[in-house]
Amino acid sequence: MSNLTSGAKILLECLAREGVDCFFGYPGGVTLPFYDALYDHPIRHVLVRHEQNACFAASGYARATGRVGVCCATSGPGATNLITALVDALMDSIPVVALTGQVPTKLIGSDAFQEADTFGITRSCTKHNFLVKTVADLPKAIHEAFYIASTGRPGPVLVDIPKDVFQAQGHYAPVSSIHLPGYKVHMDGHAGQVRRAAQMIWEAERPFVYAGGGIIASSASEELRQLVELVDAPAVCTLMGLGGLPASHPNFISMPGMHGSYAANMGMSNADLLIALGVRFDDRVTGRLAAFAPHAKVIHVDIDPAEIGKNRVADLPIVGDLKRVLTRLHRNLAELAPASQPRNDSARRAWWRQIRDWQHEHPLAPEFSSTEIKPQHLMAEIDRLAAGGAVVTADVGQHQMWAAQFIRFNEPRLWINSGGLGAMGFGLPAAIGAQFARPDKLVFAILGDGGFQMSVPELATIASYGLPIKIVVMNNGFLGMVRQWQELFFNNRLCAVTLDCFPDAEKLAAAYGFRGRTIELPLDLPAALQEAVNEPGPYLLNVKVSPYENVYPMVPAGGAINEMVLGPPQPVPVAAAHRSGDAAS
Amino acid sequence: MLQIISLLVENKPGALLRVTGLLSARGYNIESLTVARTLDPTLSRMTILVDVDPVLRKQLIKQMNKLINVLQVSDLTETPAVARELLLLRVRAPLGESRTAILKEAEIFGARVIDSSAEGFALEATGDTEKIEEFIDVMRSYGEIEVTRSGAVAVSLDPKKLRLSSPVPAAVSADRQGPEVPLHTNNGVRNG
Repeated sequence: MSNLTSGAKILLECLAREGVDCFFGYPGGVTLPFYDALYDHPIRHVLVRHEQNACFAASGYARATGRVGVCCATSGPGATNLITALVDALMDSIPVVALTGQVPTKLIGSDAFQEADTFGITRSCTKHNFLVKTVADLPKAIHEAFYIASTGRPGPVLVDIPKDVFQAQGHYAPVSSIHLPGYKVHMDGHAGQVRRAAQMIWEAERPFVYAGGGIIASSASEELRQLVELVDAPAVCTLMGLGGLPASHPNFISMPGMHGSYAANMGMSNADLLIALGVRFDDRVTGRLAAFAPHAKVIHVDIDPAEIGKNRVADLPIVGDLKRVLTRLHRNLAELAPASQPRNDSARRAWWRQIRDWQHEHPLAPEFSSTEIKPQHLMAEIDRLAAGGAVVTADVGQHQMWAAQFIRFNEPRLWINSGGLGAMGFGLPAAIGAQFARPDKLVFAILGDGGFQMSVPELATIASYGLPIKIVVMNNGFLGMVRQWQELFFNNRLCAVTLDCFPDAEKLAAAYGFRGRTIELPLDLPAALQEAVNEPGPYLLNVKVSPYENVYPMVPAGGAINEMVLGPPQPVPVAAAHRSGDAAS
Repeated sequence: MLQIISLLVENKPGALLRVTGLLSARGYNIESLTVARTLDPTLSRMTILVDVDPVLRKQLIKQMNKLINVLQVSDLTETPAVARELLLLRVRAPLGESRTAILKEAEIFGARVIDSSAEGFALEATGDTEKIEEFIDVMRSYGEIEVTRSGAVAVSLDPKKLRLSSPVPAAVSADRQGPEVPLHTNNGVRNG
């Protein structure tokens, strides 16, 4: 039996055994014993400047690697500051373990200094949470937290630890097994269902792959590529799934949904079979649900049974881990191929011709101007430098959509954004987490001028750790997406969207000890971006772009996705006139 | 119409809140809820009566099934099940002739007298919700009453196999987590 040791040291031992190499935190009163133990422990602690950003950084770390991201905050305000980032991780199924200090057990419920009911507050913000009441329960809770966060549908787990539990003496008894009788994870899809899926796929004339964040979470990119190639189906990746299939792949048809491409949305709308992989039929993808993919049968594969049939009834549901299901599906498809392939060959060829026509009719093409920098132009330039292999984090708003449209990701875990929650203030701390996770990678943090100003304190973190993050602010002087909606749907009555004060980027960066620059001429763009990339340290590039640019295509809220508004000045509703074959009428 | 959901949950702090939170987060009111430990003292049985649209109820049950502390969820609305509730009722009946009538009525409903005083009676009745409500109506006609109802407890008449997850080895996390990106080392950085 090992010697007696403190709860704080036991916690560090648990983290080390879980393979944690670094975590993000902000100390406080009740976590003092933990930080004292950390003083001479090899696990690296990254001091951020706000607890919310500790959790966003942990999320960025997790998104960039697939490993559990860890953050730490003190009781009361420290814990409540985590909430937004926890919900973000919950919505995007990101494995995060949040450790919070709590007031000593005997003071819980007494309105003690910096006390908050963290366990109660975070119940609905997490996949699961724990309140550890004795040091004997600590190792089990921590290992269970990592297990729950990283298995099944991943998500955030919070462990609330009172100060006296950090201080109490106990033994670290290695936890040999985890027993959660009520935690059901279905890994292997039902074999019969998978076989039926293979049949449906070969029988379909207009199959369409709709792949989401589940592909990334399950590390199933390779399996997705093999599937797409074997059946030669067009495929879209959702905002959360970008990089799941290489953007350079000939079968990849960009992103679907509210700001998706014409071809992606028309493809979804006219398919006779939707192969939905690790997606949740989010309203930003489906538009008006009743009009979504009206001619399609749906095969829905997801590890979370609660996603099946939540928004769209699945004709063929498969609950399981995508990597395993796709491997089995590929085998079944290959077995059935010789008999099935030739039958609908001509229909399949017509389907591809139709898809290519849509792509040519309304391609996602960046806009250029000689007098002002178009936001799309900015993204195209970043795309050129990123070359499909840099990590790009985004904040939330117009720049996020343009980045998703114009930056092409050829690998998973390169595109990092707040998809489900749409939390402004995400991009910069997420880039911090991603850069710690991938020190080898070029990391761009693309932010709007609104989101940047929510994250300014983290410039200090970036400076003090010398993180070579390339911060690119797409500065249009507005809360652009809100302005766009006010323009289009509220008679252009612009209310509370003007950001008329923005700091001098060069001086601001200099104040933190690194370089920065503001540009507004298209001519300067390539060189300025190159300069940022060449800089060995951090760089803040403030890019003034044309202020009134809107994101197109756009499906107005409540519209069907084949009724896209393709662009200004005259909104052109595209009726479902483009059809592939009579079945689509 | 009210629906009955029966759950087997771990007898742990917060388990009840996790279940009811799913209902309150969607703005649904709980008509009644009972919870008590089972033969296995580490587990509790909950019976919840709700009024929820059937599609949403299905979704709710799936969400309940996802809760770590929940071992089993059964929708008893459309399966053979028996539901009963307990009623404790005080009726004011000063000495007089109504007292005999009350006792007769109680006998018809199978209610028991658990207290009798010069002021009136305390009665105990069990039955399905309809019967309990009838009894309350009848007693009201005799005078001022006060009632406490337990809410329904229910048992399924179809045995349902309890599927539980078996223990898994507390493996090194690298086995579980994505192997794509190797851990980077700390390069000897110290926090202190």
